[in-house]
Amino acid sequence: MADAVLSTDPPARRVITRPNAVRRFFQRKSTIAFLMALPLIILIFGLVIYPAFYAVYLSTLRKSMTSVAWMRNCAWLPDVICTYLPFGNMQFLFTRETFWKVVYQSCLFAITAVIFKALLGFILAHFVHNIPAKGQRKWRGMLLIPWVIPPAMSTLAWLWLCDPSYSAFNYVLTGAGFDRIPWTGDANWARFAVILVNIWVGAPFFMIMYLAALKSVPDQLYEAAAIDGANWWQRIWYVTLPMMRNIIAITALFSTIVTFANFDIVRVLTAGGPLDQTHLFATWAFKLGIEGGDIPLGASVSLFMVPILAVAAIFILRDINQRGNEA
Amino acid sequence: MTAATVTSNRGAPSRKTAYGSMSRDRTWALRWSYFFLVIFAAFFLLPPIYMFITSLKTSAEISAATNPWWVYNPTLSNYVELLTKPEYLVFFRNSVVVSTFVVTITMLISIPAAFALSRMRFWGSATLATGVFLTYLVPDTLLFIPLFKMFAVFHEWTGIQMLNRWWVLLVVYPTLTVPFCTWIMIGYFASIPKELDEAAIIDGASWFQTLTRIFIPVALPGIIAATIFAFTVSWAQFLYPLAFTTSVDQLVLPVGIITTLIRGDVFAWGQIMTGALLGALPPLIIYAFLMDYYIAGLTAGATKG
Repeated sequence: MADAVLSTDPPARRVITRPNAVRRFFQRKSTIAFLMALPLIILIFGLVIYPAFYAVYLSTLRKSMTSVAWMRNCAWLPDVICTYLPFGNMQFLFTRETFWKVVYQSCLFAITAVIFKALLGFILAHFVHNIPAKGQRKWRGMLLIPWVIPPAMSTLAWLWLCDPSYSAFNYVLTGAGFDRIPWTGDANWARFAVILVNIWVGAPFFMIMYLAALKSVPDQLYEAAAIDGANWWQRIWYVTLPMMRNIIAITALFSTIVTFANFDIVRVLTAGGPLDQTHLFATWAFKLGIEGGDIPLGASVSLFMVPILAVAAIFILRDINQRGNEA
Repeated sequence: MTAATVTSNRGAPSRKTAYGSMSRDRTWALRWSYFFLVIFAAFFLLPPIYMFITSLKTSAEISAATNPWWVYNPTLSNYVELLTKPEYLVFFRNSVVVSTFVVTITMLISIPAAFALSRMRFWGSATLATGVFLTYLVPDTLLFIPLFKMFAVFHEWTGIQMLNRWWVLLVVYPTLTVPFCTWIMIGYFASIPKELDEAAIIDGASWFQTLTRIFIPVALPGIIAATIFAFTVSWAQFLYPLAFTTSVDQLVLPVGIITTLIRGDVFAWGQIMTGALLGALPPLIIYAFLMDYYIAGLTAGATKG
């Protein structure tokens, strides 16, 4: 101990004799810490925060990106405001039918998929929890496979399963005496297909999270409930759900963000078709911005994701801080 | 004791519950659990299995109206054809190179940052930790258009072309991997007892030595989990390479399979499924061997506060 104190002393004295403010600054703990975190800070500011604001700027431009897309035909606003509001792209989007289809489809897709993923994950977690601990690892490992495969690759398999003419599903259906289903050709079936694939990819994640939460519920609570004569439904409603509330909320909010911002599945399975009926914000923004070359319009479309993502992020942050305080 | 028996006696007649044998109930619950687990496992494993079935078929068998669920003439020709195709090997090489570099970059950035944020406070470090988590919630679909334009402007200013080069992915992938890895590493580092690094500092170790000699060995499970996460994310990423790279020699595996094997309305399904299966294989192999780390990383994101 004494050695350590002595060994740190001499350099300090040398600093005093030959004042070197720069060197002392670099030996301070907070400076070293800042330098260690600097690459992270640069990455976050340069490649996440700056692009996010740049997207807002881009959304105010015209397709040529040399002039601002002012609002037009806004007679209900004072002229001064009207001619200086740079939201021409947004105004243009509001008048397009496809935009409202995209809003509808995005909400339908995200809400339905998250609800079913959560339900399926909850049920599966219980089944896995029920079986003897020895076999749980094996089943859990098997059930998580959809989450491990890159979604673009597994969606290809679904695309082939749903192929209109040679599809394996339709083969089974015709074999059972039903009509063929145009899985990706009809708007509603295509909606069903993209949601189904999303559930398939995402449900295992819910299962893993809920299983971890189930394992953390103390057995005594169930024993106490059983002694009080609670049936299985009451046990779930009064013991399991309150104990898992936080994890359920966080997982669902996480999934809402990821599902709402989904790209891979829709892009590969339907590419937004038929007739732009299954586009999400992300796929439509890609189509307009990258494929169509209208970067400002694409940026405007993708910005419409922000409000919902922000709300979900705020709730997640609140829940996680609560957990931090409890622990 | 007596009070409990009294209340249960009083309660019993009003509740007409059939008290079955507990063990019989358990057996039935177990049977139903297995029954549904088998059904769900079949649903979950259907696409990969079907990929495998199709990959063993010839094009002739695929277009013939035979039972699609059975292989009549299994052949490895799809695998041979794909693995001898120079294009496909380039995709594979690009994917491997990109993922390896991204994992390395991610670890080099996130481990020191997580150490600084969890142990060495500085002005704004708490805000930055929250900021890291929020950054993780920003999806790639929000950033690809401004990033695309930024790279184009960068080309105009400096003359360095970044679009349509595979290494542009080394710049953008860390935005997906670093925030999450830093976040879970903060959690792992925070769980290491303070006495450990205090002892090291007292013994004269510098902060850097404390990190490499104490924290990295102790938090190794967390680092492995973070590495697996970084690898799977960079292997599976689809949007950025689709938006930023177009030439055949610059593509990574998922985009390469989808853009080169699907030409117009002609789907070479045998080859597509083979390619998809081979593309899904590296994450699956890692998962098979390191499942516990994989799951630890998965649950750490939301459970560590």
